Amino acid sequence: MGFDYGKYIRPGKLPHIWCPGCGHGIVMKGLIRAIDSVGFSKDMTSIVSGIGCASRLPGYVDFCTLHTTHGRGVAFATGIKMAKPEMNVICVGGDGDGVAIGGNHFIHACRRNIDITYLIMNNNIYGMTGGQFSPTTPTGAKASTTPYGNPDPPFDIAKLAIGAGATFVARGTAFHAAQIDKLLAEAMRHKGFSVVEILDSCPTTYGRRNKYKSVIEMMNHLKDVAVPLSAAEKMTAEQLRGKVITGVLYKENKPEYASEYRKLVERVQAG
Amino acid sequence: MSKKVAFMQGNEACAHGAIYAGCRFFAGYPITPSTEVAEVLSAELPKVGGSFIQMEDEIGAMAAVIGASLTGVKALTATSGPGFSLKQENIGYACITEVPCVIINVMRGGPSTGMPTGPSQSDVMQAKWGTHGDHPAICLVPASVQELFTETVRAFNLSEKFRTPVTVMPDEIVGHMRERIVFPEPGELEVVNRPAPTVPPADYRPYDTSFGDVPPLAAFGSGYRFHVTGLNKAEDGFPTTRAGIVQAEEERQVRKIEKATDEIVTWEEYLLDDADIAIVAFGSTSRSARFAVNEARKHGIRAGLFRIITYWPFPEKQIADLASRVKAIITPEMNLGMTLHEVRRCVKGMTPVSGIFRVDGEPIGPAQILAGIREVM
Amino acid sequence: MSSRYEMRFSGAGGQGLILAGIIMGEAAAIYDGKQAVQSQSYGPEARGGASKSEVIISDQPIDFPKATAVDALLALTQEACDKYSSDLKSGGVLLIDSDLVKNAPAGDFTVVRIPIISTAKNEVGRAIVANIVALGAMVALTKAVTRESAERAVLSRVPAAFSELNRKAFQMGYEKAVAARK
Repeated sequence: MGFDYGKYIRPGKLPHIWCPGCGHGIVMKGLIRAIDSVGFSKDMTSIVSGIGCASRLPGYVDFCTLHTTHGRGVAFATGIKMAKPEMNVICVGGDGDGVAIGGNHFIHACRRNIDITYLIMNNNIYGMTGGQFSPTTPTGAKASTTPYGNPDPPFDIAKLAIGAGATFVARGTAFHAAQIDKLLAEAMRHKGFSVVEILDSCPTTYGRRNKYKSVIEMMNHLKDVAVPLSAAEKMTAEQLRGKVITGVLYKENKPEYASEYRKLVERVQAG
Repeated sequence: MSKKVAFMQGNEACAHGAIYAGCRFFAGYPITPSTEVAEVLSAELPKVGGSFIQMEDEIGAMAAVIGASLTGVKALTATSGPGFSLKQENIGYACITEVPCVIINVMRGGPSTGMPTGPSQSDVMQAKWGTHGDHPAICLVPASVQELFTETVRAFNLSEKFRTPVTVMPDEIVGHMRERIVFPEPGELEVVNRPAPTVPPADYRPYDTSFGDVPPLAAFGSGYRFHVTGLNKAEDGFPTTRAGIVQAEEERQVRKIEKATDEIVTWEEYLLDDADIAIVAFGSTSRSARFAVNEARKHGIRAGLFRIITYWPFPEKQIADLASRVKAIITPEMNLGMTLHEVRRCVKGMTPVSGIFRVDGEPIGPAQILAGIREVM
Repeated sequence: MSSRYEMRFSGAGGQGLILAGIIMGEAAAIYDGKQAVQSQSYGPEARGGASKSEVIISDQPIDFPKATAVDALLALTQEACDKYSSDLKSGGVLLIDSDLVKNAPAGDFTVVRIPIISTAKNEVGRAIVANIVALGAMVALTKAVTRESAERAVLSRVPAAFSELNRKAFQMGYEKAVAARK
């Protein structure tokens, strides 16, 4: 018997807005399976997002959901977690939302190590507004605002998260669907700020401008570039050129912000 | 039993007023001249089991406040000029999602960095029109340390009652000056708490107008699951582009405050019964005006003061009534004519209205207002 | 308005003049049961620059919170004296540090000269209490608050370990002012 997604999908809210071939639906299913596997209750779980295609996810799932302003999802989520630490807080969004306009909130949430799981669906483009380049668009790629090729170097989201102090950082792809829920479940179990970047594809605004002939070709690209961390450790730098390492890239245990703050409150109240 | 008395700054009183009102969450970012509000709350909130967080920026602070409020706690932020500008998008978000929250904006000179330590009253239009789109606005402009305490309590009450952000805007002088304050006892001032939904979770809709123009807001984590979005939404909270619904929801959001104008608007009249000249002022400028009115009276000039306490909704009826009673109105203000514009709109030409403006970081002193009174005589 | 009494404490940032003004206000508002308003202006620099703290004391509610015509002015630096003495009332009192303010403005007011900072440093033992020496002198010269209230206000503001130091500073300032006035 297959997994019953219906338990978590809001009745009457599908179909979603995502284009055929977009990987966000695959990621959403992974997120649902992960939540189910860690046993988060629907009443005590809040899913927060910013603005963009990926940020529409909370509307479809049956939790306490908050679709906020562009880039600010993590800051809203921080308010929820600080005010009600017993809630499970998950933030979702895309690459532009998370590391361009929301970049400041992102690095500071990493620094605080607040217990929020942040799922970034990275499709290397601003899809909703029609395909402008994002901070993760590869140099040279075509976007609606880089007609001559992207002059900007991209961010590596995972490295950014590790550098800023996140205590759990993982990467997967929309092609490797079975891995998504495992990475997310481990992230949710981790106490601290956990970042899960899922490489995704936008055939509509990225693929057609960058010589991907079909959705399948884009998915195959995700399959081809991904190298699991265990395999990557045995590969040379030359062999790793153009590849993306997947799996749990970083994990450490450090004091978590919201619970440390509650300790402070207890200390102050004790006098 | 004698009440607790202190000699403290307006900003400090504001923080204590917030605690009195039941505020249990503060998110902010340091900015002059509002920082004392954050400093006091960083010390006081843990004592009452609340949370204080200094965010990475003004935008994040406003966001965190809204997120916290959605869990059912009363939440506050405090800022000034540039920070108030930065918060505007999320203030609009709180308006359309109808999430209660209070914003303290201690007014300093502007635009931009302007004069960080100088007083100003030039944010009153931003309090009404600062965020894009049609939306309601409530803005309170206290004039003393004691009033900054009580108006902060009232701001929370209005915010919870009407499910809307409320702004309290002392000018820098009121925020920073020290005065004697008598702390109200618990129960002495009214404290309004957010009404909880009365329907079971399965029937709950966050914008259910069968409960009137201000439907109850459930808290995240209380067994009610619902969706909140900054997109135009239907009664169930989910986005919609259906014209009739969007129009009705937009109108309701504005109407819920407009129709409560008489309940919200507050003002104070001083020596206006026989006045020929009315000064319309607020904040620290109203204190200069009161001084000037007393001086004018000593010289046989029948002057009086109309002090605005609730700036938005604007005391439109009261100003129109005032215009029918006096021969001239003067609006001294630390900006270049924002209140003048609003008063003229209400007066509709019934009586001449002139302004006294100052934007150099110095207060408008009594002498300047007295000169203005003599000029219109 | 005759009950309105305006004081200004001026000098350089970091001299503790804002605190002196606050203590004066507390003495009036909390211990003497009067109305008081204290306000201040300062530049962005935490140390140096001209700084002022104003206190208005009255039997009646105080409307305008800033000085209109100053009854008593303290100036600890020449810069502050030059900048803040123009609105000193006729019949008012100007207290200056006799070592640091060499050019007192001319006018129809009493000028009292006391070596405030050197008193703090050499006679009380710590330069840091110059503001309390000045406060003691201002209380003696203005009688705007009672000596008892002012002393209580000082002691409630300083850590217990420094009570004696501050009590001595206040007393020195008070007595030097009484002597200088004679």
